Amino acid sequence: MSYLKTFTKGIIKENPVLVMLLGTCPTLAVTTLAVNGLGMGLATTFVLVCSNIVISLLKNVIPKEVRLPSFIVIIAGFVTFVSFMLQSYLPDLYSALGVFLSLITVNCIILGRAEMFASKNNVVASALDGLGMGVGFTFALLCIGIIRELLGSGSFFGISLGDWFEPIGFFAQSAGGFFVFGVVIAVVNVISHYKISKKKIGCANCPNAAACGAKEEGAEA
Amino acid sequence: MKELMIILFSAILVENFVLNKFMGICPFLGVSKKMSSALGMSAAVTFVMLMATALTYPIYKLLLEPFSLDYLRVVVFILIIALFVQLTEIIIKRFVPPLYHSLGVYLPLITTNCAVLGVTILNIDNTYTFAQSMFNSLGAGVGFALALVIFAGVRERVDAADLPKAFKGIPATLIAASIVSLSFVGFSGIVEGIFK
Repeated sequence: MSYLKTFTKGIIKENPVLVMLLGTCPTLAVTTLAVNGLGMGLATTFVLVCSNIVISLLKNVIPKEVRLPSFIVIIAGFVTFVSFMLQSYLPDLYSALGVFLSLITVNCIILGRAEMFASKNNVVASALDGLGMGVGFTFALLCIGIIRELLGSGSFFGISLGDWFEPIGFFAQSAGGFFVFGVVIAVVNVISHYKISKKKIGCANCPNAAACGAKEEGAEA
Repeated sequence: MKELMIILFSAILVENFVLNKFMGICPFLGVSKKMSSALGMSAAVTFVMLMATALTYPIYKLLLEPFSLDYLRVVVFILIIALFVQLTEIIIKRFVPPLYHSLGVYLPLITTNCAVLGVTILNIDNTYTFAQSMFNSLGAGVGFALALVIFAGVRERVDAADLPKAFKGIPATLIAASIVSLSFVGFSGIVEGIFK
């Protein structure tokens, strides 16, 4: 696969949030304001690219049996680094993201890419794959964030729309998050000619499901 | 005691981990198709949450905080959770096979369930005592179970409904989740009212 394709597939064709339906927790939790969605997306992208590079470099050193814990530790290290940087340079964003910044560690997109891509490909491809997936994730969060901020707070990146628009509180609440995400997926569904309807949601979609199943079989054999 | 009850019921009803804090959405959407698997998953999550809190809290208070290593908590906590989950899986598989078949199969998925790491970190962030942390974790687990079981019931009907083509499947599930979440908003303020 060409490097360009490796990069672009994460943005549209295999968008981690809108098509693969991964990383739903941060997608719903931090998108009350567009700027929070953008910040979360960029922080995740950084962790994704760095962990993909390191894991790809170490893929021959890490024993197969303990690869998942090893990946998680590498990811957690970068997450700690990102939270330090945000705490000192962007304290507002740091407090807005709250516990979800630490929870980037268990974002299944990152572990999924480590397991499915970085542990099998070279460094350049892994970095580009991470970057593409990160941009796709950021794009999805930004879309949902803009919609929820416009309807829920009546503003666009913090700039008020004026008095003529009465904000609808529902969209700023958690219920609104599920609703907007559902509608956005429905739109993607139409654009992609109902590809998503045929998909089954849940563990089958999770990139770690394969790892789990494989582990089960390995243990029993 | 009153304070502990407030923490417990707040975690179950008002600050529900799934519907209000958006943690553990993947298992919420993935395992809510059948009532039996919803119950198995919830029991496994509650157990891991309680044990994870019982393990991480002392380690944080006795090791990380005195040596000002608290910035390592994400790394340490996730390792403890991963190790504990793997250990539990091996033990119950070896000694209690029936339990393994009803609960154990969900264990590997729990390591990356953000509700488990989330509850251990929130306990520290909220400066809870050990007892408060345990009650908060219990509430988080029961709240997770409640959301999952209610939603499993809702989903059986949603899947049978005749919907526009674009909304079939996942979008309809998410919008049903939105309505269930909205119903939990009705609980806000109830806990302080009961235990006043």
